Parts: sequence; C-alpha cells; structure tokens
Amino acid sequence: MTTNVLMFYLFSSVIILFALLSIFTRRILRAAVYLLFVLVATAGLYFMMQYQFLAAVQLALYAGGIVVLIIFSILLTHHIDHKFENPRLVNVLLGCGIAIGGTLLAIPVIRSFPFKAHDIAPLDPSMQTIGNQLLETGKNGYALPFEVISVLLLASMIAAIVIAKKGK
Amino acid sequence: MAFSIYDFSSFTRSIDQGLNQVMSPGWAVFTELAIIGLVFILFYAVAGLYLVYAERKVCAFMQNRLGPNRVGIYGLMQTLADAIKLFMKELIPIKKSDKFLFHLAPYIVTIAAFMSLAAIPFAKGLHAIDFNIGVFYVMAVSSIGVIGVLLAGWSSNSKYSLIGAMRSGAQIISYELSVGFSLLTIVIFSGTMQFSGIVESQANGWWIFKGHIPAVISFIVFLISSTAEINRGPFDLAEAESELTAGFHTEYSGIRFAFFYLAEYINMFIVSAIGATVFLGGWMPLHIGGWEGFNHAMDFVPPIIWFFGKTCLLIFLIMQFKWTFPRLRIDQLLTLEWKYLLPINLVNIVIVAFLVLMGWYFK
Repeated sequence: MTTNVLMFYLFSSVIILFALLSIFTRRILRAAVYLLFVLVATAGLYFMMQYQFLAAVQLALYAGGIVVLIIFSILLTHHIDHKFENPRLVNVLLGCGIAIGGTLLAIPVIRSFPFKAHDIAPLDPSMQTIGNQLLETGKNGYALPFEVISVLLLASMIAAIVIAKKGK
Repeated sequence: MAFSIYDFSSFTRSIDQGLNQVMSPGWAVFTELAIIGLVFILFYAVAGLYLVYAERKVCAFMQNRLGPNRVGIYGLMQTLADAIKLFMKELIPIKKSDKFLFHLAPYIVTIAAFMSLAAIPFAKGLHAIDFNIGVFYVMAVSSIGVIGVLLAGWSSNSKYSLIGAMRSGAQIISYELSVGFSLLTIVIFSGTMQFSGIVESQANGWWIFKGHIPAVISFIVFLISSTAEINRGPFDLAEAESELTAGFHTEYSGIRFAFFYLAEYINMFIVSAIGATVFLGGWMPLHIGGWEGFNHAMDFVPPIIWFFGKTCLLIFLIMQFKWTFPRLRIDQLLTLEWKYLLPINLVNIVIVAFLVLMGWYFK
C-alpha cells in the first residue's frame, strides 16, 4: 500500500512540476516536451489504477498523437533561436491574481465534495466489454457519440482537403 | 527451485516467493523490478550488438563479401570492439544547439524501445508485462519513439538533421496506421488483444495458416509497413546517407550515436518478435490440428527456441529487403501507404470480420 502512495506522489509531483515548467519556459519546443512529460505521467497514474486501456489511449492519442502534431508544427514554423519575450509586469501580476483567485475558489468547492471509496464491483475493461459499450444504443451506450464524432471527423477531413487543394 | 525449459511460470513464481520470504512485499517488488530491468538492459545490449553483426554478415553475404572476420572467430567480437570504441570517443558539443533537448532525444528513443520490449512473450511464462490490451499497448508506446527522432532533428540545429527528422516523422506516423490495422485482423481472429491469449489461440495452428488468405495479406502488409516504421530497408530515406549524410543523428557522436543505432536494431527485433507472436504463433511449436503424434514430437523443442527461430527468420527477411530493393522517394513512400496499403487493409478487415462471423476459417 505504501509503495502505491509513494508512486502516486511521485507521478503527481512530476505532473505539477512539468506543468509549471511548460508554462514558464520561453522556448516553445521545450514547452511541448514538458507537456509530453505531463501526459506520460498521467498515463502512469492510469497504469497505477490498473486501467491499462485508458493509459494506452492516453499514450497513443495525447503523447503519440497530439504532442507529435504540436512538435511537427513547431518544426515547420519556428527557428531554434526563437525565444518568447518576457511578458509585461502588469500582465504577470494580473495573471497571478486571477490564478490565485481561481485556486481559492476551486479548493473549497473540491473539499466540500465527500470523496469516498465506492464498493461497486470492478468492471472488467476487456476488449469485448469496451467494444460492446461503444456500439450499445441503450443505457451507458456510446453508439450516438461515436457516430456523431465520426461525422464531425469526416467533415473536418473534407474541409482540410478542400483547404489544401487551393482551388485547382 | 523448480526450473523447466518448457514452462517458466513456476520458475518466476519460485523467485517471487523466495524474495517475499526474505523481505517485505514492497521491497520484493522493487527487487523484482530491478532484476527485470537489469535482464532487459543486458538483453538490449547483447541483442543490439549481435543484430548489427548479423546485419553486416548478411549484407556481406548478399554482396559476395566476407564481412567482419578479424576480431574473434568469424569476427564475432567485432561489434563489441566497436561498442568499446564508441564508449571512448569524445562527445562533440554542438554550438547553438538546444542542449537539453539534444541530450534528451536518444533517451526517449531508447525508453520507447524498452517499453515495447517489455510486452513481448519470450516463452511460456516468460514475459515482463501481460496486459489484456497488449497489442494496443505496444502500438501506443512505440508511437512515442518518433518524438525522440523529431527532437534530435530539431535540437541539432542542422539542416540535414531537420530534413531527416521531418521525413522520418511523416513516415512513422503514416505507417503506424497500417501496422495497427494489420495486427487488428489477427486480433479479430483470436478475439483478444492479450499476447498470451493470442499465443494460446494458436495451439492448433498458427494464424497465418488458420486465417488463410486474409491473414497472409495482412502479414505481407505488416512486413512492409513495419519495415517502414523502423526506418529501414528501402524506406530509409530519413537517413539517406547519399543525400542527408545520416539524417536526424548527423550531429550525434560517440555513445549518443550508439544509442540511436542500437535502438534502431532493437526496434527491428521488436517488430519481428511482434510479427512472429501474432502471425507465426510466438513460442508455440508448429502444431497441426488433429495430428497428435506430430504435435507431440514438436513439443520437445523448447518454446524459447521456437520464438527466437521465428523472430530471426523475420529479421533475416527484413535485412534482405534492405539489401535488395532501391530506396523509395518520399512521394512514392506516401503513395504506397495512403493509396495502396491502407485501403487494402481496410477492405481486409471487413473481409476478416465477415469470415469470423460466418466461421469460415480453420478453428
């Protein structure tokens, strides 16, 4: 049990540390890499909860997909010497004020929620269960969101092709 | 200590019990992790070095040469000597590079290779992790390796490196899709993504025989697209030495270059091992449904020899590709993936789903 707690704090501190670093760094590609560490550590948390499917989705979609796309676009558009300028003092103070205010607002709300360990039997997240849920139309089914997202992706794909064609 | 070359599960369990008797469960887990890590590091180094040796020998054989033959018998110590040389070489610092990312990149590539290596079942009861989503896990962690390649190319601040990285990024991202889909056909056949389950399902025949035509099609697609995914063979335009010197690792020297080089060969081992496990039965001996005597005779060959035999066969095939076919252009490469392999794969998956529904395959 103590090893679990230790691992949890390890992953959480990695997440918080690199999340802060990715905001405060002034080189854009480093920010993307710090974001990668945050996402991988989140996947580690899922692995710790023995929910391997979500962890693998996290790795494949966020770490292997979105971060790669971000890095790709940085590679195409930015030069290595490029650094962001330090923001103006007014903006820094304003941003800090809003962040602290938001935290002060959020913490009491989170603490007022009674978190307790539930005693529902764990669901087996096997391939069959996930596949059935994904195409289920009844309760807890994901058939409608699945189809809506498919249509949305198709629309954006067609739009991307139209933009890339440049009216030839 | 119960030890059998045919089934390692009792061996690993006895180690686990032994450790739990001497120390607390938490420390036992840590010790096991450390042991497994050491075993994998050792395997990584030895397999990587000897794959380099095998590559040089195969290449020499195909070009009617002898290859390395001075250091040790048949030159067996050649790559070890090369590794020692690389260790002692000076690491050249690059001016105006992004130092942090430049140093980080080889480790990302290596870590991604390690993570997928962990999921491979080497023999019965001899695998580090066996998730119920094994195939998907390997696809997910192997997609992280490309980040190391992209970072290496960018942070070197060199045009060769950047072009190499862009090419290999585009290539890996597109071919990952085909690798995933071709593995998916066998997942549909076997009804599980767990590697141990996939191997067990081939106890009465390997999927490439049981799944007949669609399995053969997806095996061929797997071979082509995985060769492309590991930046090898006719698809090595990311490091096309005649135009880009060495692609994304042009600026790396000494042991950091060796990290990239080793990871490349270990990735070749990984895709061959995955292909052998999914299509050719992994550590499962050659069984034919109904032939009891034949199956029994085949069981005498230890599973670990079956596994490495099949893997080496696939590695040999992939090496032959490299020394047989001319290099593709980038547009030919993308055309092959998006206009041929992907549509073939998608149609193949529909056919497989239909076959499985109707039961038209050897059970």
